[in-house]
Amino acid sequence: MPLSSKHLLGLQGVPKEDIQLILDTATTFREVLERPIKRVPTLQGKTVVNLFYENSTRTRISFELAEKRLSADSINFAVSSSSVSKGESFKDTMRNIEAMKVDMVVVRHSAAGSPLFLTKICDANIINAGDGIHEHPTQALLDMYSIREKLRRLEGLKVCIVGDIAHSRVALSNIYGLKTMGADVSVCGPLTMIPRYIEELGVKVIHNIDEAIQENDVLNVLRIQLERKAREYFPSIREYAKYFGITEERLEKNGKDILILHPGPINRGVELSSAVADGLNQIILQQVTNGVAIRMAVLYLLGTLN
Amino acid sequence: MKTILKNVTLINPNQNLNRKGIDILLTDGIISKIGNLTKEDKNDSHEYDFSGKVITPGFFDMHVHLREPGREDEETVLTGCNAAANGGFTGIACMPNTEPAVDTAEVVEFIKKQAANHLVDVEVIGAATLGRKGEVISPMAELKEAGVKGFSDDGSAVKTAGILKRALEYSNMFDLPIIEHCEDESLAGGAMNEGLNSTMLGLPPIPSIAEDLIVMRDIIVSEYTGGRIHIAHISTKKSVEMVREAKKKGLRITAEVTPHHFTLTDDAVRTYDTNTKMNPPLRTQNDVNEILLGLQDGTIDCIASDHAPHSLEEKEAEFEYAPNGIIGLETQIGLSLTELFHKKILSLEKLIEKMAINPRKILNIPIPKFEVGEKANFTILDLDEIWTVDLSRSKSKSKNSPFDKRLLTGKPVATVNNKLMFYKDKFIKL
Repeated sequence: MPLSSKHLLGLQGVPKEDIQLILDTATTFREVLERPIKRVPTLQGKTVVNLFYENSTRTRISFELAEKRLSADSINFAVSSSSVSKGESFKDTMRNIEAMKVDMVVVRHSAAGSPLFLTKICDANIINAGDGIHEHPTQALLDMYSIREKLRRLEGLKVCIVGDIAHSRVALSNIYGLKTMGADVSVCGPLTMIPRYIEELGVKVIHNIDEAIQENDVLNVLRIQLERKAREYFPSIREYAKYFGITEERLEKNGKDILILHPGPINRGVELSSAVADGLNQIILQQVTNGVAIRMAVLYLLGTLN
Repeated sequence: MKTILKNVTLINPNQNLNRKGIDILLTDGIISKIGNLTKEDKNDSHEYDFSGKVITPGFFDMHVHLREPGREDEETVLTGCNAAANGGFTGIACMPNTEPAVDTAEVVEFIKKQAANHLVDVEVIGAATLGRKGEVISPMAELKEAGVKGFSDDGSAVKTAGILKRALEYSNMFDLPIIEHCEDESLAGGAMNEGLNSTMLGLPPIPSIAEDLIVMRDIIVSEYTGGRIHIAHISTKKSVEMVREAKKKGLRITAEVTPHHFTLTDDAVRTYDTNTKMNPPLRTQNDVNEILLGLQDGTIDCIASDHAPHSLEEKEAEFEYAPNGIIGLETQIGLSLTELFHKKILSLEKLIEKMAINPRKILNIPIPKFEVGEKANFTILDLDEIWTVDLSRSKSKSKNSPFDKRLLTGKPVATVNNKLMFYKDKFIKL
C-alpha cells in the first residue's frame, strides 16, 4: 500500500497507516545500513535537492546520506552559497531549481509553511526538513522508530517532551505523530516556553521535572537553543539546568528506569548532565543511525509513488 | 446637463428619509428636483433606470492607504480613487504612513493635488508625530490649515503615553481626533493571532492583549485630557468591551472595524495564504461575535476597509516575511451587505450610518443631504444582486485580498459625486 500523500509536510493529519508504513519500511533499510555495502539501487536516476535555508549540518548530512544509500543523485543548495543572498525570492529560486528537472526537494526553512508554499509552485515531491517553529516530521518519525525499537510499541506508552516547546518544531511533530499512534503525550518546561492552548491538542502540561520522570516511560528532551531569542524565555542557564535539567541524581531519586531521547546537539550540563547523556537510559546515537533509515524510507516511499 | 435617476429608493437616515419609487433630477451634478418630474424636466435629459436600486448618501471609507508618495508601484492616489469609486465610495480618508510621512503641509497639498477633479473626495489624515517616530508631535496647526481631518501614527500606536497626552492636548485645540492603531510594541512582532491556530501552525503569535493594553491606555489618556480618540480596526472582544464602557461614561472615544475582522477568523490562516496576514491579525469567533454585538449596540461607530495595497512580489513570500494588510475598497460594501445586512445584524439604515454618516461625523466632514440645491453625492446600491469577487477586475494597482472568488449578496451599482457618475465601469460627466 502506498502513502496517501505525495509530500511529507508534517505529521498533522497523517493517518496511522502511513506512519506505520514508514516505520516498517525503515526497519528494512535499517538492516541495509548494517551491510558491508550500504547501498541499494532503489532511487537510481532520481534527483533530490536538499534546499537548506537554515544551517543544519546534522539533518542535511542525514538526508544526504539517505539519498546516496538509495543511489539518488543529490544536490545541496545552501543559503550562504546561493543567489538568495543576492535578493532572489524563494519562489524564483524554487522555479529555477525545478527548471533543472528535479524529482524531490528536501527543504529546511526558517519560516513556517514554506514547504506547503513549495507544493503550490512546483511538481516535485516536497519533504519538510524543518520549517520555522512548525514541524520537523522526519525527526519525529525517527524518534518514534527509536522508541518502538527499544520498547516494542508506541500505543499506550507515556511520553513527555521536555524543554522549549514553544520554539521547537520537533515538539509539534512528535505530539501529532505520537498521538496518532496511540501514545499518551505530555509536555514539560517553564511555562514561558509552553505555547498557549497546547492542551487543546490533547497534551498534558506539567512544569515539574520530577513529576515528568515519575509519570512517564519516555522523555524526549529538547535542546535549549542558547544562541537564539529563546534565551529570553528563562532567567539563566544555571536556573534552567537546576530546575529542568535531567541528572543522574534526579533519575535515581525518582527510582525510575526511563528511556531518554534527545534530537541533538546536546548542551551538556544544561538539559542533560554528561552522565545522563552517556548513560544507560539514553539512545541518542541510535536515534542518529535510525534517522538515516527513516529518511531512506520516506525518500523511497515518496520517490516510488508514481 | 440634465440627468434623471429613475424609480429609486431614497434612504438617508440622517434626514429620516426613506422613499420608494422616486425620480431624481440632477442638473450639472446638483439635485434640482426630487419626485414629481414633469415632461419639461425630462426634455433633453439623460435617463438612467435604477428601478429597485437604493440611493444613499455617498459612502465614506475613513481608513485607506493610498501609498503615494513613496510606493506608487503599489497604489497611487488616482488608482486608489478609482478603486474607491468602483467600490461604491464617494469619499475616503488616507493614512499618513507614506514615504515621506504626511507631516508637512506640502505633502498634504501634494496628495490633494493628485486627487483634484476626481469623483472621489480625498481627505488626508496627518501624522500625529514627526515622521511617525513617536518623539515630537507633528505641526498640527499647520496640517489642520492644510486641511487634514485627523492625526495618526497608523502602522503603530503613538509610541508612549507621554507623547499621546501631549498630542491629545494639542489636537484638542482643533477638535480633530487622534486615530490609533492600538498595538503594544513589546508584545508586537508576531505573524498571527495567539491561539490554538498559531500553536498548530508554528507561527509567531501576537496576543490579543497587545491591542487591549493600548486601547486601555488610550481611553485613560483621553479621559484625562478630554481629547478625542478614534480606535482604528478594532479586533478583540476585550477592546470592544472597553470601548463600550468608555462610551457609557460619555468619553470621547469612537471605533471602527474592518470587514475582514467581522467576516474571517484566524482559521483562515491555516492555508498559510499571505492574504490572510494583517495587523491587527484575524482573531477568533469569540472576538467576531463581540464585534457583531458592538456593531449592533453602537459601540462600533463605523466600518472602514484599512485598504492596504501590497505588491505581488512582496505578498508572494513566506508567511512570516510577507507584509501585513489587504486591499478592501471594492469588497467592503459587498461583505458588509452580505455579513451584516442580509444576516440581520444591522438594518440598512444602521449600515448606512456606519459607512456614510458616522465616518464623516468623526472627521467633521459635512454629510450629503438629499435636498434641492445640494450637490449630488450618492452611492447607488443593488441590495440583492449575487456576484462573485473577481480581483482581476479590481481598479486597485494591487490585488492582495483573501476574498477573490467569494460569493457576495449586494453590491454598489454606481457612485455619484463632483458632477461625475461612475457607472458600468465608466466615469460619466453629469
